[in-house]
This record gives sequence, C-alpha cells and structure tokens, in this order.
Amino acid sequence: MAQAKRPLSPHLQVYRFGAHMAVSIIHRITGSALAFGAILLTWWLVALAAGHEYFNMVQDFAGSLLGRFVLFMITFALMQHFASGIRHLFMDAGKLFDLKSNTATAKFTFVFSVVMTLVIWAAAYKVMGRL
Amino acid sequence: MADMNTPLSKVRGLGSAKSGTEGWISHRIQAVANIPLVLFFVVSFVGNAGKGHAEWVAWIKQPLVSVLLILFILNFTAHMRSGLQEVVEDYVHSHGNKWAATLLIKFGCTLIAALSIFSVLRIAFGG
Repeated sequence: MAQAKRPLSPHLQVYRFGAHMAVSIIHRITGSALAFGAILLTWWLVALAAGHEYFNMVQDFAGSLLGRFVLFMITFALMQHFASGIRHLFMDAGKLFDLKSNTATAKFTFVFSVVMTLVIWAAAYKVMGRL
Repeated sequence: MADMNTPLSKVRGLGSAKSGTEGWISHRIQAVANIPLVLFFVVSFVGNAGKGHAEWVAWIKQPLVSVLLILFILNFTAHMRSGLQEVVEDYVHSHGNKWAATLLIKFGCTLIAALSIFSVLRIAFGG
C-alpha cells in the first residue's frame, strides 16, 4: 500500500534518554494501566450493587496478596499519572520548557508518586487499624 | 463568483488534524476536572478502607457521594477514551487494526461507564 511509505516523524530512537523522556513514556503506560484499574473499579461497583455475598468474594480477592499487589501498582499508576498530568498541563500552557525546570519537575513526579503511594497505603492500613 | 464562502471556511477541517484541536482541548478539560475528582476518590477510599458491604452502601447512598461518583465515572471514561485513542493513533499504523482498536476503546469505555453508573444508581435508589 502506497500509504505505508509515508514518512513518520522521528520516534524514541533519535532522542537521548532522560527524565523528561521517562516521564512521558510512563505517562502513557500508567494511563493505559489505569484503564485496567477502571475495569476493576467497575467490577467492584457492580459487586457492591449485586449484594453482600458477591461483594465479600470480591473484597476477599482484593485483600489477597495478589489483589493488594495489583491495587498497590494501580495506586502508583494513578499518582504518577496525576503528577505528570499536571506537569503536562503546565507545559500545554507554555511553561516548564527550559531544561532545568523541565528535568527537575520530571524527576519530582516520581518522588511525588512514590511518596503518595506509600502515604495512601499507610493511611488505609491506619484506618483499618492494622498499623 | 457566486460563492459567498470565505477562503478560511472552505479549508477549515480539511487538514490532517481534522477535528484534532477540539479533541486535544477537551482531553485537557477532562484532565483538569479529574484533579478534584481523583482527590475525592482517593480520600474517600482511604477513609472507608476495610468497611463491609452495608457501610459502603450507606456511604454511596449519600446524594453528594452518588453525584460525585457519577461525575468521576463520566469524566474518567471520557478522558480514558480520548487518551487510549491517542495511543492507538500513534502506534497502530495498519488501517484495519486501528479501526478495530478504536471500536474496542469506544465500546469498552461506554460499557464501563454504563455498568458503573447503573451500579451507583442502583445502590443510591435501592431499598
């Protein structure tokens, strides 16, 4: 097909790897992962509407080691996407394009997401009286 | 020159971006709306951690909670649809696969919205 021969804009391989690049790639990965999280949230809401018996089964799965691991990763994905999303909004407004603040804010999104994920889980365990 | 259209109106929408600008802007509006909604969601779920079925139902039955949850669902499914669509447009180059993925995204996001909003309403209005 003639269309396949059209030139594409340069992709990842032509750029030098850095925090700004990592944050951009991870924004897309976490965004896609959150779509999976949305399916889980839907399942949970359907279970809640279905009645306590089915809900308890879903809660047991969520509380299992695998369930908690998945939810922990989704919490991280949400916080990372949240932080880098706000950073992108600033960039859409024409800010943060100088090298220094661009790199610094890119790195900060990772600090934010790791710290917030731990804070959220510590708070949840505290609420449950297990911390 | 019976044509009263301005040159701009003749070419508008004909570029490769088509309605891309509107899509780009609405994706950002959804992102902004998601900021308070995600905060509400996270704070609520941490605050209710470990609760049983009856307590979660009672929580959702509060009118403000039902409305905020529905707003969150409407907004994140719209944001998710345009975000996933952007990823597909960037990485899926074959025409057939692109359309298959697009349909899957559109149907999937609508299904997620319908199922979760129906569940919230059923809990809110249920006995």
